[in-house]
Amino acid sequence: MKTREPFKWVAVGTIWTWLALFALLPNAMVLVASVLERGQDQFFAFAFTLASYRRLLDPLYLSVLLDSLYLAALTTVLCLLIGYPFAYLLAQAPARRRALLLLLVIIPFWTSSLVRTYAMVILLKTNGLINQMLLGLGWISEPLELLYTTPAVIAGMCYALLPFMILPLYAALEKLDRRLIEAAHDLGAGRVTIFRRVIIPLTLPGIIAGAMLTFLPALGMFYVADLLGGAKTMLVGNLIRDQFLAARDWPFGSAASAMLTGLMALLMWAYYQSSRRANRGALP
Amino acid sequence: MKSDAVIELRNVSKAYERHTVLRNINLQVRAGEFLTLLGPSGCGKTTILRLLAGFEQADSGEILIAGRDMRALPPEQRHINTVFQSYALFPHLTVFENVAFGPRLQGVRGADLQERVLEALRMVKLEDYSARRPGQLSGGQQQRVAIARAVVNRPLVLLLDEPLSALDYKLRKAMQIELKQLQRRLGITFIFVTHDQEEALSMSDRVAVMNAGRIEQLGTPRQIYETPENLFVARFVGEINTLFGRVVAVDPPYYDICVHERIVRLKSKFIFASGDRVNILIRPEDLRIWREHEGSDEERATLFPAAVEDVVYKGSTVDLIIRLDNGDRLSTTQFFNEDDQAIVNLDFQPGERVFVDWVHDWEVILPHED
Amino acid sequence: MSVKRAARIAYLLLIYGFLYLPILVLVVYSFNDSKYSLEWRGLTWDWYQALLDDPDLWQVALNSALIATLSATVATVIGTMAAVALYRYRFFGKTLLNGLVFVLMLTPDIVMGIALLILFTSLSLPLGFWTLLLAHITFSIPFVVVSVLSRISGFDRYLIEAAKDLGASEFQTFRRVLLPMLAPAVLAGWLLSFTLSMDDVMVSFFVTGPSFEILPLKIYSMVRLGVTPEINALCTLMLGVTLSMVLVAQALLRDRGT
Repeated sequence: MKTREPFKWVAVGTIWTWLALFALLPNAMVLVASVLERGQDQFFAFAFTLASYRRLLDPLYLSVLLDSLYLAALTTVLCLLIGYPFAYLLAQAPARRRALLLLLVIIPFWTSSLVRTYAMVILLKTNGLINQMLLGLGWISEPLELLYTTPAVIAGMCYALLPFMILPLYAALEKLDRRLIEAAHDLGAGRVTIFRRVIIPLTLPGIIAGAMLTFLPALGMFYVADLLGGAKTMLVGNLIRDQFLAARDWPFGSAASAMLTGLMALLMWAYYQSSRRANRGALP
Repeated sequence: MKSDAVIELRNVSKAYERHTVLRNINLQVRAGEFLTLLGPSGCGKTTILRLLAGFEQADSGEILIAGRDMRALPPEQRHINTVFQSYALFPHLTVFENVAFGPRLQGVRGADLQERVLEALRMVKLEDYSARRPGQLSGGQQQRVAIARAVVNRPLVLLLDEPLSALDYKLRKAMQIELKQLQRRLGITFIFVTHDQEEALSMSDRVAVMNAGRIEQLGTPRQIYETPENLFVARFVGEINTLFGRVVAVDPPYYDICVHERIVRLKSKFIFASGDRVNILIRPEDLRIWREHEGSDEERATLFPAAVEDVVYKGSTVDLIIRLDNGDRLSTTQFFNEDDQAIVNLDFQPGERVFVDWVHDWEVILPHED
Repeated sequence: MSVKRAARIAYLLLIYGFLYLPILVLVVYSFNDSKYSLEWRGLTWDWYQALLDDPDLWQVALNSALIATLSATVATVIGTMAAVALYRYRFFGKTLLNGLVFVLMLTPDIVMGIALLILFTSLSLPLGFWTLLLAHITFSIPFVVVSVLSRISGFDRYLIEAAKDLGASEFQTFRRVLLPMLAPAVLAGWLLSFTLSMDDVMVSFFVTGPSFEILPLKIYSMVRLGVTPEINALCTLMLGVTLSMVLVAQALLRDRGT
């Protein structure tokens, strides 16, 4: 049989080779690099140390880390609060109109986040559209400092990442069997109970998937912090970039990156658990 | 060794991992015959088709098609075609191109191709639909395209894997008749897989009843229904009542059997010894119900006293659930019979006392199985 | 009832407004005949003309188009084969491969960027065209796999057997059944890969060098210096490319061959 399936061996061989070489190997190298010492003229010196991980807990870096986690968490929560009702309404829209409504979310999903962040700059500039409008309306007498503030960064990240939250939520809500809600009504559950005990648990995988697609990039998107937050190092992403391109401390940058990978693994585990629970005892 | 069998399976066994699906199957299929593999799901019937088509390899045994050993031959080189349960029509091709798929691969081109495909479509009454896509056809029409796509290759054998199971009842009945006519007209050997016993009985020349990887019985529909060789076949092919008995006197082919404290003299092709335990199998339509006032006392002495437990009106028949006084439950089918004054009135009531016996010689006696 | 309906529509409009208003403003101002102020001074093509007249920009745009075309093509070939293999065959490590594809898709760009940077540096590969190409192929593959796999999973699983049953060889089955049925998804995968490559900032940021500049990074360095009408025009062009690619890709993915 094997000789009759050359295609199988070529296809499987190619993809495995590629992923091993350009996905597994580089990430393994990051892990290794994170426990090496900083080199003199090389980027690394081949000696084991946990110094880089200890430095992540240094107050200077820890505050960046915690700030970044806070910003990312806030972005994720905001996207969820805005996105969930939106995705719900989308899933309930009549099938004919739904395709178009969905397309209007898919387009920004694929659109360059850099371009969209730049569009945000235009709005928020000192002489940007929002200030001009507020001045024109006479609500303010001098322009507000909107750009280069923390709220600007949060707004920018929400703007860039909202589609990444909406699409998985929509996928989960669209799959939701309407009969389950009717059954819950029939059994005497109120609207709040249904939402809390039926809809939320069944769409939890979608919520976690959306959180994953929002939270992780929100830690890394250094250009959003650059363009909207000014020169301050605000995100883990900026920290990592600076270690690799400015400070040239690759082991430390690798340790920060390994931490992101660890967070991703944690979220994926949560996703796996929740989707198992949501699917258990559903349809055969 | 020469035989008139177009397909022959010799000691074929097959297992998936540790789960055995076929055990030592021996089967000969005659040229031009309509053979049905009948059995519950998981009995191995579909696996036989897949072995014949070449999608699976047997673990042991031989598979001969037209006298040639097929084991090394991939599906595309076998002169056999399949009608899939889900039809498996190519969604990106028109009906015409679906049917033309096989002939094209054989190098048929131009007017020949046109003629062959249209002839096949005409056969299934779909010549007007050749430009459509499968997605634009009804289930029944898709089914016909699948058949046309297979028979256009003029296969030695056509394999049909539960081809009617996706159709609704009426369409299924109509397609059963059409398929049978088509098979007669083409003279192609059909091997048909189904779990529907009625379908198997009404269409086939021979039926192989399968269970747990074995062929339990191979015979004509009549043999299968009227003289099942074991309890599984008897119970799978239609509804049947089982009475327990013990042989008390032997006079082959006649046996005196004690059933519920009554001795009945019955004929059997099996050999029993005195004291053997047996099952007496009776189809519901072979049971006779006597109402309390019917028959003489003398007649009544040989009948089994019982009570009506439930009455199910079914239009052309009335089904009664009868509880014998010793506790056995029997199900009977009573036909409205306008010529017979005695039974014309079938207004049985639950709880009504009755007497039961059956038309002797219509029963089947089998050794008791635990 | 109608109040509820109005509230729903208002909410949807609000969010769509949030998603589209900034982009709309960007596009409108790319045609504004004023260099410094946001005041509308009338329609002009000047900024687009300025872009066309900039030979450096042309080179950078061509670089990007080249990388996007090549990486999308290679990723499509590898990704399509992988999806077909994942659908059709059982093989060692299949579950792991499936998982790896999804992990790769979820990996934050910055993590992938520095991981590839470390790899390329260790192999002493000079950062530029080749490293960029390898990186873009890598992050595009999962999107092709998912796009093709989701279409192929919708097929009747006996179609391939049906083709063989009718006499098609392994190659004929691929050529006459699998490929034509997968074509829309394959093409969509290519278009999406192209878009990803054209728009990528983060991974490219780490794996390219000064020898090979590409459009997103050029835009990034321009944008850091401030808002100009030329950038507006350039961003609008980028938006146009993405929009057309995504529209075609979505139309292809929606087509179910009926």
